[in-house]
Amino acid sequence: MSHHIVELKDVFYSYPDGTEALKGISFRVIHGESVGLVGTNGAGKTTLLLNLNGHLIPTRGEISIGEVPLSKGTRQEIRRKVGFVFQRPDDQLFMPIVYEDVAFGPINLGLSMEKVDERVNNALEMVGCLHLKNRPPHRLSEGQKRSVAIATVMAMKPDILVMDEPGSNLDPKSRRQLINLLKGFRHTKIIASHDLDMILDVCERCIIIKDGKIVADGSSEELLLNETLLEENNLELPLSRQYLYVKRPF
Amino acid sequence: MTFDLEFFNLGYLDTLSNKDTLVHRIDPRIKIIVSFIFILFVVSFQKYQISSLMPFFLYPVFLLTAGDIPFKAIAKKVIVVSPFALFIGIFNPIFDTNVILTPFGIPVSGGWLSFFSIIIKFVLTVSTAILLIAVTSFPGICEALERMKVPKIFVIQLLFLYRYLFVLLDEALRMVRAREARSFGSRGKEIRTFIRLISVLLIRSVERAERIYRAMLSRGFRGEIRVLRRLHLRYFDIVFAAVSITMFYILRNYDAVDLIGATLNRLLR
Repeated sequence: MSHHIVELKDVFYSYPDGTEALKGISFRVIHGESVGLVGTNGAGKTTLLLNLNGHLIPTRGEISIGEVPLSKGTRQEIRRKVGFVFQRPDDQLFMPIVYEDVAFGPINLGLSMEKVDERVNNALEMVGCLHLKNRPPHRLSEGQKRSVAIATVMAMKPDILVMDEPGSNLDPKSRRQLINLLKGFRHTKIIASHDLDMILDVCERCIIIKDGKIVADGSSEELLLNETLLEENNLELPLSRQYLYVKRPF
Repeated sequence: MTFDLEFFNLGYLDTLSNKDTLVHRIDPRIKIIVSFIFILFVVSFQKYQISSLMPFFLYPVFLLTAGDIPFKAIAKKVIVVSPFALFIGIFNPIFDTNVILTPFGIPVSGGWLSFFSIIIKFVLTVSTAILLIAVTSFPGICEALERMKVPKIFVIQLLFLYRYLFVLLDEALRMVRAREARSFGSRGKEIRTFIRLISVLLIRSVERAERIYRAMLSRGFRGEIRVLRRLHLRYFDIVFAAVSITMFYILRNYDAVDLIGATLNRLLR
């Protein structure tokens, strides 16, 4: 399986209470591509991501990941390929010590203890948090928690990275570090975020969704600089592109 | 804001457990077993025995000093739980009025003796339990329990309790602050709002549990948490266990205070 293709064909999802969150989403992400998922609160971004990892199963339509169609039976296999970084690191880090948390995934993959140890150290090294290895997660800062949460996923060596708001609640420097980290990954990436500057920096492709439907799908440069399109979808130009010249008051 | 203070207090015990002293390094399994046996010995004393209980303070004092734990931190926690013991023993002096001892001509009833015996036993056992956590760390205890074949489901419950206690308290703290910011005088602090607060907290926890479960599933959770095994018994651990249990046995069967008193008496004469 060297081709980590993510393909969605006309995906619908309704929550048990009847809310229709996804209304016919189709797209195809090829190997190594990084895609930003943009839309207002409640547009369906998180629902879409949860579908990609089999936490929710589409009510209609098809999702296939690395040519494996998603169903209840293939969920386990798909979760090995898809590394999911959740929105809140406190939900993601559930073990009492950072090291154990990062080791949780690799142990469940059935690796030997030496291999687990190697992976944990490598993953923590990669996000620059090796020195936090023996700390309890509740003693970390938000930025550190976020980095460790990414390490927990990287330790499983996923083919595809799915992230829900990776940049929220971070101070500017931590955010910059995160962006550099994400740029360094060669994985196929799907990132949902409101931070349009980050999307512009990290993702070459961007998908805008509104009310459970795709409104636009194209290169980030093109979509995120199209002011009318963004405003129609309750978004605005990335801050870095808003004012190139600041007018002086005289 | 007593709530805030309590919160930081809780984290304090956790900070203490991260120290690196002689006692902190002892294998958690050994510490659990020794402390458990200690508690059994303490509880086994009869209800009028007080003087022979005294030497047992050696063990908690040893943990306290060798573990470099501030006395105040432990004392406070013992006092917080003390009403339980007080109410168990409070009626003894009323019901049991047989005079048993008359030191310096003052009659002391059996009720008072058994009351103090209960209090001393309480202080010994509870301070040991708190010290055990302060010198072992909660995850350490959980790992030890797991290695001692305690059913995994209980150990996992404890682990999650420890991990999310702080998160939940943090959440509660934020809610309490938000309420305080918008309530004036006694308005807004009625029991009614408190009930609402608690129910919202419960719902949030349920939702959080769902999200955590998802995070676990996406990392290959299939109903079992395999904990890493890092514990190794050392020579010193076994010596520590042997010496302390022998000490407990000797102190239980020979009244050390009585012996010291008798020897002193003989020397003085």
